[in-house]
Amino acid sequence: MLAARVMLDQGVHVEGLNFFTGFCVEGHTHAIRRKDQAKPKRNNALWVAETLGIKLHFIDVVEPYKQIVLNPRHGYGAHLNPCLDCKSFMVGRAYEWMEPRGFDFVVTGEVIGQRPKSQRRDTMPVVARESGAGDRLLRPLCARHLPPTLPEREGWVDREALYDFHGRSRKPQMALARHFGIEDYAQPAGGCCFLTNAHYSAKLEDLWRSRGARDYELDDIMLLKVGRHLRPRPNFKLVVAREEGENRFLRGYRYRFTHLRTLSHEGPLAMLDGAPDEGDLELAARLVARFSQGRDAERVQVEITVRGREPRVLTVPPLPPSEIPAQWYI
Amino acid sequence: MADEDAGRRLTAAVHDLDARGLLCPLPVIRTQDRVSGLRPGERLRVRCTDPGTESDVPAWCRINGHRIIGIERERDEIAITLEVGGGSS
Ligand code: SF4
Repeated sequence: MLAARVMLDQGVHVEGLNFFTGFCVEGHTHAIRRKDQAKPKRNNALWVAETLGIKLHFIDVVEPYKQIVLNPRHGYGAHLNPCLDCKSFMVGRAYEWMEPRGFDFVVTGEVIGQRPKSQRRDTMPVVARESGAGDRLLRPLCARHLPPTLPEREGWVDREALYDFHGRSRKPQMALARHFGIEDYAQPAGGCCFLTNAHYSAKLEDLWRSRGARDYELDDIMLLKVGRHLRPRPNFKLVVAREEGENRFLRGYRYRFTHLRTLSHEGPLAMLDGAPDEGDLELAARLVARFSQGRDAERVQVEITVRGREPRVLTVPPLPPSEIPAQWYI
Repeated sequence: MADEDAGRRLTAAVHDLDARGLLCPLPVIRTQDRVSGLRPGERLRVRCTDPGTESDVPAWCRINGHRIIGIERERDEIAITLEVGGGSS
């Protein structure tokens, strides 16, 4: 946001690009969970574009991004975040996007030393090289620590009016934001996507392990964002909604997964992913009963709809907590 | 009679986009992709279920020069009608 603002200040025409990978931490993550509904459900990229008065283009990269997550050339960060490959990929896409549209260079908000693995002095040229953008990639916030790029050499931007931020502290950015009169300036400290989240990464690894293949579809990775995830047996996993917002979200997946819901008592909707046998279905029903209002009842009626079949009802005793080992929680 | 014809023409000119079940920003991405194939003045009615779309689609329209004609809500569903603006997006 600040990098774009610095460019606008120099009279450069800027348009924003936002890449949708499926792992993004965005408004919908709040929208799903009802407890967060009091928070404004704005999309951050749209808010930034509107605040700056620039156009914003969304680019769906779900398919090509898989290769970045599955086979990152430079490996992962602390979790399953392939930040360095990801940056090169996105800058590369931005560069491809701008060329036929008559733009001259790509701008990012990277700062040397901001992130220990992916924003270091020695990774800056890697992103420029591997993205294909070369010296048409400008980082206005730390440009004065880097060799002059084409836009600087050509005088399209004034290098002297660019910045020399470095290191982990965000104080200079906050001060610059204040200088520009940008209120509500908040840069994500932990990263821009769920791949930097330990719990999320554990669920993704579990998915790969259980399927015996490192692959995913958009539905898989969206489902990892909601509910309690339990794997009672290697061959199946249960996703249990935690409240009404998640129930509503999971309802959208009803036709693609085997699902369970309690009939005799109020309770959550649960999706079952995997290949359960009859005993597994009963275990799943007992687990779902456990998370319902009937948790202390003797028996709970649970409707099970195996994908593509008619629903049927099992009446089961809820599983006592002592029989739900902590290792089942992913 | 003339009014009826005009009304029918207007109805016929409204394109539909079903973005129900999609979470933001997907409804906005689908809207963007659809709008890129429409001409200025044409209208698109986007049906969605994610409450976030109620702020995101209008914000995207404001940024890219399109006009919101109306927003209807019925239970969990939101229908946003927009008119494509003159500039490219
Ligand atoms: S945190 Fe940002 S840079 Fe790292 S993988 Fe996620 S989107 Fe890419």
